[in-house]
Amino acid sequence: MIVARRKPAPPLLAAATGRRTVLVAGCKGCVAVCGVGGEREVRLLAAQLELAAKRLGQKRTVLRATVARQCDPGFLSSFDSLMEQAEACFSLGCGVGVQYMAERYPAKPVFPAVDTVFAGGSPAAGLWEERCRMCGECVLGETGGICPVSRCAKGLLNGPCGGSVNELCEIGHNQPCAWNLIYERLAGQGRLEGLTVITPPKDWSRAGAGVRSVVREDLMP
Amino acid sequence: MSLELQREQWRVVETEWRPKIIVFCCHRCAPGAADTAGIMRLQYPPEVLIIRVPCSGRVDEEFILRAFAGGTELTEKLRRVGVDEEFILRAFAGGADGVVVAGCLEGTCHYLVGNTRAARRVERMRTFLSEVGLEAERLEMHHMAASMGTSFARMAADFTGRVRLLGPAFPAVHAASAEGGSGL
Ligand code: SF4
Ligand code: SF4
Repeated sequence: MIVARRKPAPPLLAAATGRRTVLVAGCKGCVAVCGVGGEREVRLLAAQLELAAKRLGQKRTVLRATVARQCDPGFLSSFDSLMEQAEACFSLGCGVGVQYMAERYPAKPVFPAVDTVFAGGSPAAGLWEERCRMCGECVLGETGGICPVSRCAKGLLNGPCGGSVNELCEIGHNQPCAWNLIYERLAGQGRLEGLTVITPPKDWSRAGAGVRSVVREDLMP
Repeated sequence: MSLELQREQWRVVETEWRPKIIVFCCHRCAPGAADTAGIMRLQYPPEVLIIRVPCSGRVDEEFILRAFAGGTELTEKLRRVGVDEEFILRAFAGGADGVVVAGCLEGTCHYLVGNTRAARRVERMRTFLSEVGLEAERLEMHHMAASMGTSFARMAADFTGRVRLLGPAFPAVHAASAEGGSGL
């Protein structure tokens, strides 16, 4: 899933300055799961926006609403009537949600209330870690299901750099050396011969700049 | 005493600022401590309003922010949006100047870690409060057992004293209502 972090309040409060009615828009998808964008966090940010105004002796109405997925424009219509009243919107969706919101309501500013950080998962409560850089050409089949692009500090495709110490990556932070993990996994599966095959340089154009899109004609109307 | 004079005195009493203190008390410990304080004839400030919760871990971030936000207008607005807020708002329509979360002694939570989780949450909430310009000192976590009446009374008195020094959480609202305005 997409993992994000709540932005600290001060820049958001600054953006809300002078606006009497704002909308805080949540998303029940990834950002709700990673604890920054669901209904609960919508209420938190709304309360902060209200408290800040009250502290300054100003009136501010904070509308709130949460949709199933902000990254799915089909769900956004339920914001329509609220956005008519609101002077600005604070989106707790990931960067995709924010962009669709901004696209749907071009006349009003939409501010991101979270920083979208990576694609990853949550191996334990309160912990999220990156597992994929979305490189566009997945090699997990050859690397025993361990991603060298995101988990090797240097993103190497052909074995370890030689710098690992006690199975840890030389960059520190107690990160296991991804290539050590790959070696162990493939050894366990009796597939070490795969490591002798040299992987050619990645086609980074597939990860590249501009907009990548996925088309599935079989799912189209 | 003339009626006029009496009215004037009442007006002074009413407009003099007294902090509103909300203490979220874990059902298992702190209300017992408050009771014990009562049985021991210990006084604590009348400004303290006790809200019983099933566990201090039940006090979520929003309880705390709402305790400060309060205000009748908010009550109206929130009446429309679900049980949680309504419940909270009914309790805090007044708006707090200080909030305490009181849970069991460390290691004695009846739900194992509710109180340690609450303590961490309170820390996070102190940051949230200071971000919006409210002093972090307006929010504290305390641990006590039901037998600790003296601790409860002292905690209540000390905290109320500290909040008194900080002044109203929302000076503008306070000034407006002192002038007879509706506040916010
Ligand atoms: S190889 Fe590329 S697509 Fe596959 S997990 Fe790693 S970054 Fe993601
Ligand atoms: S030590 Fe391992 S994980 Fe770190 S950069 Fe080298 S190969 Fe990659």
